[in-house]
Amino acid sequence: MSTRTGKQTVVMSNPPVIIGGAAIVGRKEGDGPLARYYDQIVDDEYFGEKSFEKAESRLLRDTLVKALEKCGKSASDLNFIISGDLQNQCTAASYALRDVRVPFIGIYGACSTMAESLCIGAALIDGDAAEMTACITSSHFCSAEKQFRYPLEFGYQRTPTSQWTVTGAGCVLLGKQGDGPAITSFTAGIITDMGIKDANNMGGAMAPAACDTILRHLEDTGRSLDYYDLVLTGDLGSFGRSMLIRLLKGNGIDVKDRYNDCGCMVFDLEKQDVVCGGSGCGCSAVVLSSYILEMMNQGKLNKVLFVATGALHSPTWVQQGESIPCIAHAVSLENVG
Amino acid sequence: MTDIIEAFITGGIICVLAQLLTDYTKITPARIMVLFVVMGVVLGVLGIYPAIVDFGGAGATVPLTGFGNTLAKGVIREVNEAGLIGVLTGGVKAAAAGISSAITFGYIMAIVSKPKLK
Repeated sequence: MSTRTGKQTVVMSNPPVIIGGAAIVGRKEGDGPLARYYDQIVDDEYFGEKSFEKAESRLLRDTLVKALEKCGKSASDLNFIISGDLQNQCTAASYALRDVRVPFIGIYGACSTMAESLCIGAALIDGDAAEMTACITSSHFCSAEKQFRYPLEFGYQRTPTSQWTVTGAGCVLLGKQGDGPAITSFTAGIITDMGIKDANNMGGAMAPAACDTILRHLEDTGRSLDYYDLVLTGDLGSFGRSMLIRLLKGNGIDVKDRYNDCGCMVFDLEKQDVVCGGSGCGCSAVVLSSYILEMMNQGKLNKVLFVATGALHSPTWVQQGESIPCIAHAVSLENVG
Repeated sequence: MTDIIEAFITGGIICVLAQLLTDYTKITPARIMVLFVVMGVVLGVLGIYPAIVDFGGAGATVPLTGFGNTLAKGVIREVNEAGLIGVLTGGVKAAAAGISSAITFGYIMAIVSKPKLK
């Protein structure tokens, strides 16, 4: 049974294992540095559907099917699917999974959703409530632009701190036993709001939340940052990434070369015209379920702290002049045994 | 040829202003557009914009500031001809061609085309 240690951290007694994963991405992500780790790269941003919303749903569903297929499992092996996305009322997931007859836990943590789903999935398994769960999140550039900024038809100019929402979905299957990295503990974040109101500067808004959760995780577990081979934030982008490095340094922690950000890894920042890097629920999900999983399975990375960050605002609240509350959840992934 | 160059310079300067606002301020794109329309109205009323149109031609009438100028011009004319009611009717009358074509062509383009990634 899981036990809480310190203020915000939960330690697993029988760490659930990531038995496999899959990632499907769009064309722009497929041109990025991690292209060879993805299961599928789809050129058509509509994924064969009539709207961007339906396209994202299709993408999420296809990714689940691909993950099940790779692990030799079927949907009936799953006790729960924990899933979320960036569309209003989290509908990419709901519509994608309406025909899949598996208990569905729909969650919203903005871009931190992947880490949130891993926390819930791991707790369910370690608490004997499930044998196997699927954790899956998606985002789509075109549906997110419409949701959070302007419809693509408007064709507006992007600002210097803006990021590019990743078109992609990542899925991992968690099981009681199996080969693969285990979730040994997680630290649920608290909401941090530094008063930033610029919805085009998510990295800057989210970096303090990431810093807070990382410090809390290290304190709760009594570990130093050097314990991990890699600390990986979700989608701070280049601006938020350097801000987090500064914030950690201010707290006496030098990240050296042990830190990276999925938003900076998923695109080539110099060549791909994405301004500050990738973002979205799909950003950390595709990097985790492709590249990171592969590196851990090969033993090139053995201890990874996955810290997905989320900006918990809506356009309505920002239009009413409110600042952006942010969150970060940390999941400790380790090759054990 | 000089007309083209003058239009290019005038339109270019207006666009550079908008780009600077995008890059160095937190004003949202929608607000920049509204700001430009209002700016056109003010400059139109002050008689400055017509002078810019004389120099730049389409370079000044095509951008959003030109739309604001047309609104101002229409209101002034209508007030002179029909009295104060012109405040309400003049602007839209003068801009009728622009507004109707934006709706019509926007609708046609929405039917014949689909948004795509850049």
